[in-house]
Amino acid sequence: MNERIQPLNRMGPGQSARVVRLEVAGELRRRLLDLGLIEGTRVRCLHRAPCGDPAAYDIRGAVIALRDRDSAGILAAPLPR
Amino acid sequence: MTEFSIPPLSANGRQEPVIALAGNPNVGKSTVFNALTGLHQHTGNWAGKTVSNAAGQCTYRGRRYTLTDIPGAYSLDAQSDDERAARDFLCFGGPDAAVIVCDASVLERNLTLALQILELTGRAVLCVNLMDEAEKKGIRVDLEALSRELGVPAVGASARSGKGLDSLMAEVEKVLEAPAAPHPVRMLPAVEEALSGLVPALEGRLSGKLPARWLALRILAEETELLERAKAFLGFPLLEDPAVSRAVWKARHYLEEQGLFGRKLRDALKAGYVLRAEEICWKAVKAPPAPMERDRRLDRIFTGKRTAGPVMLLLLAAVFWITMAGANLPSRMLSELLLGLEEPMRAGLSALGAPGWLTGLAVDGMYHILAWVVSVMLPPMAIFFPLFTLLEDFGYLPRVAFNLDRWFQKARACGRQCLTMMMGFGCNAVGVSGARIIDSPRERLLAVLTNVFVPCNGRFPTLLVLITIFFAGSGGWGSALAALMLAGVVLLGVLLTFGVSRLLSATILKGVPSAFTLELPPYRRPQVGKVIVRSLLDRTLFVLGRAAAVAAPAGLVIWGMANITVGGESLLAACAGFLDPFARVFGLDGVLLMAFILGFPANEIVLPIALMAYTSSGVLTDIGGAAQLGAVLAANGWTWVTALCAILFSLCHWPCSTTLLTVYKETKSLKWTALAFLIPTCTGFALCFAAAQIGGLFL
Repeated sequence: MNERIQPLNRMGPGQSARVVRLEVAGELRRRLLDLGLIEGTRVRCLHRAPCGDPAAYDIRGAVIALRDRDSAGILAAPLPR
Repeated sequence: MTEFSIPPLSANGRQEPVIALAGNPNVGKSTVFNALTGLHQHTGNWAGKTVSNAAGQCTYRGRRYTLTDIPGAYSLDAQSDDERAARDFLCFGGPDAAVIVCDASVLERNLTLALQILELTGRAVLCVNLMDEAEKKGIRVDLEALSRELGVPAVGASARSGKGLDSLMAEVEKVLEAPAAPHPVRMLPAVEEALSGLVPALEGRLSGKLPARWLALRILAEETELLERAKAFLGFPLLEDPAVSRAVWKARHYLEEQGLFGRKLRDALKAGYVLRAEEICWKAVKAPPAPMERDRRLDRIFTGKRTAGPVMLLLLAAVFWITMAGANLPSRMLSELLLGLEEPMRAGLSALGAPGWLTGLAVDGMYHILAWVVSVMLPPMAIFFPLFTLLEDFGYLPRVAFNLDRWFQKARACGRQCLTMMMGFGCNAVGVSGARIIDSPRERLLAVLTNVFVPCNGRFPTLLVLITIFFAGSGGWGSALAALMLAGVVLLGVLLTFGVSRLLSATILKGVPSAFTLELPPYRRPQVGKVIVRSLLDRTLFVLGRAAAVAAPAGLVIWGMANITVGGESLLAACAGFLDPFARVFGLDGVLLMAFILGFPANEIVLPIALMAYTSSGVLTDIGGAAQLGAVLAANGWTWVTALCAILFSLCHWPCSTTLLTVYKETKSLKWTALAFLIPTCTGFALCFAAAQIGGLFL
């Protein structure tokens, strides 16, 4: 396993990453899969809300906002800028 | 919004073909629907605008079609009520064909749903909408390749300008004659192997009522809720059939041997659609590396750390200011015109030999209050609604939800509650039913119970008048000051929403916030002309019509109460006198409290009722100038504290009858309806009590 793997909520604006594992269950897992966020999907953090949470991500061309507590369960490997 | 109903039989006895309009949220389904049917489903640039099915008719080349606009969904594996409504219609509602609407800019995500629908029926047309916007971003969609890959026609369209809709209907016409055989998505080899035994077993029992392969996949994915619906639809317990249950067991057993079971299997099935959509887009879509650069720049302003807050407040205040400044003159003109008609009406009635009481009832009672409501409400609404719709069309509303989400988190509520609150600006009843976009029942209740803290359009005039008379003044900078103060009142309502939501989350609605995703749609250039016409005709007239329908009978009751005397004083005065000692404790007076009670059918009529009682002539005097109004109020002992309490009570008191009825409809519970009544009422009394006691010290 790549040591640089980190949860999505640690990503700063502009950073891209490839989803390695989804450690979320239930409704959120279903919803994320429906949005096309499966293992191997490339995700880019676009910007954060004024209070720092949630953050907006580019997922397959759509902009989706996720709260940090939810995106903490999405493990991703950062890609070079 | 009309609920879906069985389409009527056409002349030849055959039902008109029913076409379902399906797609992801916010891809312009309602725009396509409106353009084709000539109806006016409300549209807006945010996910979840349509919460229930709406049906309309359209004629193409002499043939009539019934179109059903269903709520947007991300997948057929429904999670929220609106998605369930969409899925149930597609799976069990028996549409003859489906038009799958997609946003050309977000085609890949849209296709995962399209692929799922194509598993249900081959009688479908892909409508790639918003082609004009996509082209501007440099995105090229190869429709031919798309059609080849999917196996159904793909039509490019820009529904807002009506482009492509003709070819869309031409393809619909053709596709109705095409074979209904679904287009399966190839799954992992192991899954295909498992299906090869299961599908034939199902086919034998389904006799074509539902597509076997589709149902087999739902069985393997253990979509329990859907399978229950399928059982009810089929009318027999399919899974209890010995042959079927044996086949299911075999398929499961095989997949388990291959290491595919439980979550892993469900993930693999979903990934099947996602990967196929990716593959199709690889072949059919060419996009530049950063197609949404303009949107990101706008987001830096509208959601930026330093800019988001000020921009939000400025926009709010600007909307109020334009509304107030613009409504002033037309309001006065309308009131002069409408009240000027009273004399001729009276003369006409007496010429016809009508008795005095009838003239009083009709003119001084019903017509008078109706004239007030129209002249005070129509101009601000006619300005406010279009302005608000412009922001909505532009795509700003979801950004507000994004900016404020941290606060909703702290209140343990869903971020989408913000969207329901913004609907509440127009009408709280709409806000309450809009809460269907929230998945978690607990969070939906929070949104329902607190929606009334957002002042609706019926309360704006009251707030405005009171602010202008007692706090801001009308000349010079007065209107700008009044706009800022009104924004402040709204802000207070928002803070109360957070506070009360948090309190409820800690007490009767215990729980932690559930996970949710919020889509920030692409910014779209609002169609100014269309927006103005549509929001004037649809929203303004609708709300005004509702208010007027209540105002006329209310005018009757109030005129009666003001003119029927009991022991030398009018019924209205007697009731007000009875309430007075109680109302004084809260900084109000008996008349005002009585007016709030009588205003239960519609908040718009609270102030006119109070004035009618104050002037005690049984007839409202001139309602034109703010100065005159102020004089009447001051003569009845109003101070700025009374005005402040009236403003606070207007912001927080019981919801109007329509809203309360909607709460009951949405929750199906008397308990929650009662709470929806009590929570804001108690909050209002508490606030007024505090304001009266503290304010009293400064008088």
